[in-house]
Amino acid sequence: MNPAYRRYHPRWHRERMPIFWWLRKAAYARFILRELTSVGVAYAVVLLVIQAHMLGLGPDAYARFVAWLRSPVVAGLHGALLLALLFHTLTWLHLAPRAMVVRLGGRRVPDTVVLAGHYAAWLGASAFVAWALLA
Amino acid sequence: MRRPRSGEPALWLLFSAGGTLSALFLPALVAILWVGPGFVGTPSPAHGTLAAAAGGLVGRAFLSVLVVLALFHWAHRFRYTLYDGLQLYHLNQLIAVLTYGVATALSLAAVAIVWT
Repeated sequence: MNPAYRRYHPRWHRERMPIFWWLRKAAYARFILRELTSVGVAYAVVLLVIQAHMLGLGPDAYARFVAWLRSPVVAGLHGALLLALLFHTLTWLHLAPRAMVVRLGGRRVPDTVVLAGHYAAWLGASAFVAWALLA
Repeated sequence: MRRPRSGEPALWLLFSAGGTLSALFLPALVAILWVGPGFVGTPSPAHGTLAAAAGGLVGRAFLSVLVVLALFHWAHRFRYTLYDGLQLYHLNQLIAVLTYGVATALSLAAVAIVWT
């Protein structure tokens, strides 16, 4: 709901919800976890820019950055980050068929086909990244 | 009476585009750049290869678009997580200014770093 509507809304009786309402059900907790993957997304792109900057400073600065990546706490954090980002990718791809209705020749393309297309795009994007960074 | 125009559709588009780009590209980037070398022990990609990928015109443009859209994806989701999750309805405007403000500031800084 648009938050601005709330201002003129009549005040009726509402039960107060506890702050941790989303811990009551697994589905609610999954929803909040999914929303919090956005913190991982932001962290990842900020670190990408830092890494690009370090690359520009030359091989020595880059070697120090890689040494930092290998320290146990950072490495563990990045393992958790990858899990969070995979959760984001999977939930995002599975929302796609519900969010977009694709029509071909007047008939609706089945959800499974739309989903398969998104998985194919993920595979293609990952292959492109691997080619750009490792080739 | 005219209603003020809402920025909500534009913000939602940024959120959506950022979510899609992040979903498609970030797992591979994180796996190859950070988890492989740091966690699994695979060799880190060579400095020359990475510097060429990040320093070229395509690399800089790609990084700029990805970073800006991903930051606005974060801002939108985090805003509504605070709003719904912590029920900070009365702080709605402050939260919006802070989240989109942080995303804007980081975007400007990131683009400046990427293109210098």
